[in-house]
Amino acid sequence: MQTALQFGPVLIHLDRLLVGVGQTIQLAVLSILFGTIIGTLGAIGRSFGPRWVSWPIAAYVELIRNTPLLIQLYFVFFTLPLIGLKFSSSTAAIFALSIHLGAYATEILRAGVQSVPVGQIEAAKSLGLSSYRIIRHVVLVPAVRAVYPALSAQFILQLMGTSIVGAIAAEELTAIANNLVMETFRSFEVYIVIAVIYFVLVQAASLIFAGIGRLLFRWKS
Amino acid sequence: MSLRDFGPNELMFLIMATRWTILLALIAFAGGGVIGLAVAALRVAPLPPLRWLAAGYIQFFMGTPILIQLFMAYYGSSLLGFRPDPWAAAAITFSLNGGAFFGEIFRGSIDAVPKGQWEASTALGFRFLPTLRLVILPQAVRLMLPPTVGFMVQIVKTTSVASLIGLTELARAATQVNTVTFQPVLVFGTVSLIYFMLCWPLSLYAGYLERKVGQGLQVKMKKPLLLAS
Repeated sequence: MQTALQFGPVLIHLDRLLVGVGQTIQLAVLSILFGTIIGTLGAIGRSFGPRWVSWPIAAYVELIRNTPLLIQLYFVFFTLPLIGLKFSSSTAAIFALSIHLGAYATEILRAGVQSVPVGQIEAAKSLGLSSYRIIRHVVLVPAVRAVYPALSAQFILQLMGTSIVGAIAAEELTAIANNLVMETFRSFEVYIVIAVIYFVLVQAASLIFAGIGRLLFRWKS
Repeated sequence: MSLRDFGPNELMFLIMATRWTILLALIAFAGGGVIGLAVAALRVAPLPPLRWLAAGYIQFFMGTPILIQLFMAYYGSSLLGFRPDPWAAAAITFSLNGGAFFGEIFRGSIDAVPKGQWEASTALGFRFLPTLRLVILPQAVRLMLPPTVGFMVQIVKTTSVASLIGLTELARAATQVNTVTFQPVLVFGTVSLIYFMLCWPLSLYAGYLERKVGQGLQVKMKKPLLLAS
């Protein structure tokens, strides 16, 4: 039995791994973008909307946060074709990932919105600002700032969460790793390399989020 | 088109598979809790190399996807000469992974205990471990309880990933039933409901504990003011 680790057969496929990295980043970026949009609207609706808006949002948040992402992926992947929507695996994955993150982002941003003092909103009202400008400048900006660390931690979880979309045959880094295992039979080496790549991605992402945070929220509170 | 319909037998199959989800979650909780305690102790240990070791451990398990960790345990075992076994791989991975998250949770609670408690214990002649066990941890437990229960929800949901290395728990049972019935709405709807019934009570309990601890802290903060007056 051959027990020595051999990384050569894995590393000659570096080009394919890099394609996988690109696909993983694409999945993460797009789903973070859509998820944050869902979360922003959700948090506003949950905080300021009438009951018929805020209750369904609360139900959505609880349902998503108390079921596994994998089941959400399967649900989207197998159910959407039934109602006539034919998507590629990648699109279905982005769809499910966005809905998943949307629930977490709603909950995080809602906490941020609640941290904004009522007096601040009343002051904006008495200054005659429109509802849009109040929500945009007086509520959302300090809200996002207050919960930015929690939000970026969730984004990083999302980046790692993309690793399971191979289950619905979507292409990304882990799925490519699984293919390489079948071709090279160097299973352990492949996953070590993949683990290192994810680790670097996660560290890079947290640096980038910290940098964005410093750029966006430079003023003193 | 489908081989059979989603009926009582299929429902029973899913419910029986839930046992394995619960068992794996309990293993992860117990193993992760014990490892987490050790990791947290190392993380606040007086020797810097021990702290770095624990920090590296946490960094690895929190900085890579659990699916990759599962694959590494599954295929790594064959490298060590064992036959790959999904249950062994899942039990080990979920315990080690849970240990990292619990370690961070516990350390956060330990850090929240005032420094004076450490100094007072040292002054009374307590060594590191007795201080931690007899003085710090009893005070930290109240703070670590809400995030611990919250993380249990996370564990239950994450066990579904073990289906991808071939462990037949709820998520894998769901895909099997879906393959023969092809009624995804019914199958995955039912499975979502089962997961929801496992997780939601825990989520509610975690939220309740959080509010309770929050109130406790407020009371604590008021007390010195009363003493001063």
